[in-house]
Amino acid sequence: MAVQTQLYAVPAIEKKESKNKNEVEKESIFETKSLNLWYGETQALKNIDLKIPEKSITAIIGPSGCGKSTFIKTLNRMVELIPSVQTKGDIHYKGSNILSKDYSAEALRTDVGMVFQKPNPFPKSIYDNVAYGPRIHGIKKKSILDDIVEKSLKDAFIWDEVKDRLKENAFGLSGGQQQRLCIARCLAIEPEVILMDEPTSALDPISTTKVEELIQSLKKQYSIVIVTHNMQQAARISDQTAFFLNGEVVEFGKTEELFTEPKDSRTMDYINGRFG
Amino acid sequence: MQYIDRLQVRKRINFRLRLNSILKYVFLGATLSGLVVLAILLIRTVSQGFAWIDWNFITGHLSMDPEKAGIMGAILGTFWLMLVVVFFTLFLGMGAAIYLELYAKKGRIHSLIQTNIANLAGVPSIVYGILGLTVFVRLMDFGSTVLAGGLTLSLLVLPIVIVSSQEALRAVPQTLGEASYGLGASKWQTIKSIILPTALPSILTGSILALSRAIGETAPLVVLGIPALLIPFPGGFMDRFTALPMQIYYWTLDAALVEEYANLAAASIIILLLMLFILNSIAIYIRNKFQHRF
Repeated sequence: MAVQTQLYAVPAIEKKESKNKNEVEKESIFETKSLNLWYGETQALKNIDLKIPEKSITAIIGPSGCGKSTFIKTLNRMVELIPSVQTKGDIHYKGSNILSKDYSAEALRTDVGMVFQKPNPFPKSIYDNVAYGPRIHGIKKKSILDDIVEKSLKDAFIWDEVKDRLKENAFGLSGGQQQRLCIARCLAIEPEVILMDEPTSALDPISTTKVEELIQSLKKQYSIVIVTHNMQQAARISDQTAFFLNGEVVEFGKTEELFTEPKDSRTMDYINGRFG
Repeated sequence: MQYIDRLQVRKRINFRLRLNSILKYVFLGATLSGLVVLAILLIRTVSQGFAWIDWNFITGHLSMDPEKAGIMGAILGTFWLMLVVVFFTLFLGMGAAIYLELYAKKGRIHSLIQTNIANLAGVPSIVYGILGLTVFVRLMDFGSTVLAGGLTLSLLVLPIVIVSSQEALRAVPQTLGEASYGLGASKWQTIKSIILPTALPSILTGSILALSRAIGETAPLVVLGIPALLIPFPGGFMDRFTALPMQIYYWTLDAALVEEYANLAAASIIILLLMLFILNSIAIYIRNKFQHRF
């Protein structure tokens, strides 16, 4: 069903066509230019230049404290919630610099959704969790909200498990279900990009598999950036991978190439489990 | 090489277990000592005052004659006071807590304000009475009215409400706020729909405690010049009034003159405790209702 507000009018058909044409050379959705970030005196990101292609899965790997979580949190400016953070450089999202003062973080986060490490549903009903995003953006009509909730839950592969208990508290769901609910909640604002910060690290293997399948089904419609500790996961689901070390990008390339014939010896050591 | 000597362990184990059970009873005693004092107080009050409670006592006007005296005026006075206190403390207290916890930049000014609020919570209530007398009764010329009394009591409990509300807000998991911001919500939207509803049960718990304190406060009202014997019932915020603790205070004071006044004071204490009980029950009911919504 067509939804009338501008926010929700995502021209899905147009995009599918362009995707088929550019299977190899995809347009980049994010482009960072000498991005630097400090927490107080400590520099967490050093001169990051990355081009993240659209409608694909970009994995970010690296040892703890390498800046990978910090990096994806700059893509929707969630880092700003931490006091004493300072950034320098540019991040271009669809051509405009999101780090400039007049770019509203709220507008950016409506285009760039986020799924967090630990499932964090609101202490509300399943329905209200998914409807929260559309509601804060001004959608009040019950029939539209119903449509969005159903579609989002279906797209997040969780509709069949929850359709009979939409009014129940989301805390009653299992961890894996909660995480898929959080993904549904993110889909409900119809973002273009979904950032995922280690979305399966708190889940059991079966839930992890489900979420991974879900992520792969989402890349047809969304550009996905996923931080992961799990190298097998990066190898399994991503199209390209960036290897971060001490706040720098050591290597960025097609996942297959990066895992089979890494150009940098440090990447080689890391994927072979010699450190990290 | 073994560091732990099994033989020594076995020797000491009886002593350790005995200490354990002794301490259990020490702590039980600590709990009971408070309860015992409370029980003595209740038994003493009820046995002295219960016989004096009848319909006339509850609904009647005040009188010098102990047989005729009723305390409806004081009950209404306390009721009106509470309306003022609830209104101001909830709005100002929650507002200040939200600002300090969620909006204000944490820095030197912030910690200065924070320390001051904590200190204000420790200022004796009579000092608030003097402040209320100067500012509300005289400067703003409210006189010894419900509004002046209510504002004074509000000031008295505000620090408690602010600090407990801040703690309630701080206890809301940060991940919830992040989830909301991550969907493009503004700060106010996040506070209104996520943080405040989650914190509300705890905020109410703190406010109930503060309110109970305000209900029983006497010293500031004495300073404000609240009269002992006031015949007409208060009907609004700008009326003169007397309150239950005041009535208890004066009756106890005058028990030297008329013996029965002591019994009237006891009867008033029972009524005051009942009002407290009803008020707390309502607040707990509201709190539980909110908790169920999530």
